[in-house]
Amino acid sequence: MAGKVIVLTSGKGGVGKTTSAAAIAAGLALRGHRTVVIDFDVGLRNLDLIMGCERRVVFDFINVINGDAKLNQALIKDKRSDNLYIFPTSQTRDKDALKRDGVELVLNELKESFDYIVCDSPAGIEHGAITALYFADSAIIVTNPEVSSVRDSDRIIGILASKSRRAEFNLEPVAVHLLLSRYSPERVRRGEMLAVEDVKEILSIPLLGVIPESESVLKASNTGTPVAFDEESPAGRAYLDAVARFLGEQRELRFLQPERRNFFRALFGRA
Amino acid sequence: MGLLSLLFPERRTSAVIARERLKIVLAHERASRNAPDFLPVLQRELLDVISRYVEIRGDMIRVNVGKSGDTSLLEINVEIDGAKVTPAKNGAAEEGKAGAPRIEPGAATPWVKPS
Repeated sequence: MAGKVIVLTSGKGGVGKTTSAAAIAAGLALRGHRTVVIDFDVGLRNLDLIMGCERRVVFDFINVINGDAKLNQALIKDKRSDNLYIFPTSQTRDKDALKRDGVELVLNELKESFDYIVCDSPAGIEHGAITALYFADSAIIVTNPEVSSVRDSDRIIGILASKSRRAEFNLEPVAVHLLLSRYSPERVRRGEMLAVEDVKEILSIPLLGVIPESESVLKASNTGTPVAFDEESPAGRAYLDAVARFLGEQRELRFLQPERRNFFRALFGRA
Repeated sequence: MGLLSLLFPERRTSAVIARERLKIVLAHERASRNAPDFLPVLQRELLDVISRYVEIRGDMIRVNVGKSGDTSLLEINVEIDGAKVTPAKNGAAEEGKAGAPRIEPGAATPWVKPS
């Protein structure tokens, strides 16, 4: 088995990288692919919380790189899917603890037993973020329809094209995809938010999906459930669509029109 | 919305402003991102040479690498409108010595479009 490495990156913080990494990994696992999701944000780990396995962390990425633990001692199996594993990072080490050689060894070992290795990058363009994207085969650029996020995404796309391993060794370039999150069709309609077409045109990379701003995302993180497991929620379904497109399926974009005011919904207070 | 956009064709909503600002700033940043490392040094040396003849400041010279079709272009823009001729110094522009021709103040400069 030769697993593919997917990095979720954005440059800017707070755009939904970890939420998206958890949801995409969950979606890939639901589709039957053996998937591991790795936290690269050393010192500020949060993937464990979003995945709901924070109390099961014993060993971490740094322990494995340093040889203090075996890979299978550090991997945490998700309780909802047999195909999904979480690989947490260290909460205490410093940011530069991820050495490229060590990361490469670990990734190569993971590639033998997983179809997809989803890397949740830290924000910024420092060591940690570069290490997270360096070995990527594909990149999912998580972007909000907002000027600073779009600019930082453009920067990260440039870095992928020049500093990734594929760029350094003149291999086929990293396949870059746009995931537009926290999208509000109503605000786009009012001219208060960049439309999906605008962001797509400005960044000129293929669109993987649009995740609508949704209350279910906060609810999912409150309970430690990847939002893709919530098939009731528009965001969850939008992530599953994105995963299907990633796997090569054609799917129409959904949730791009403002929701009609529904009398009954308003009455019963459901969003 | 269709009717509205017919009545008010180019409504300057904040989203439209955001799109335009992003396009401009990213065009600049992409150009400088792909720039070869030698550009700043080239710019400084060009500035040294040109300022032997004409008084110019650092912000009046711009050096870019661009593309036109398959051809890479080194584009050098020097703004000398209103710049003073530097009094001959360093020996570079002294009469009788081989070197660049002196530019007389007010003389037509061939590469500047007459306005």
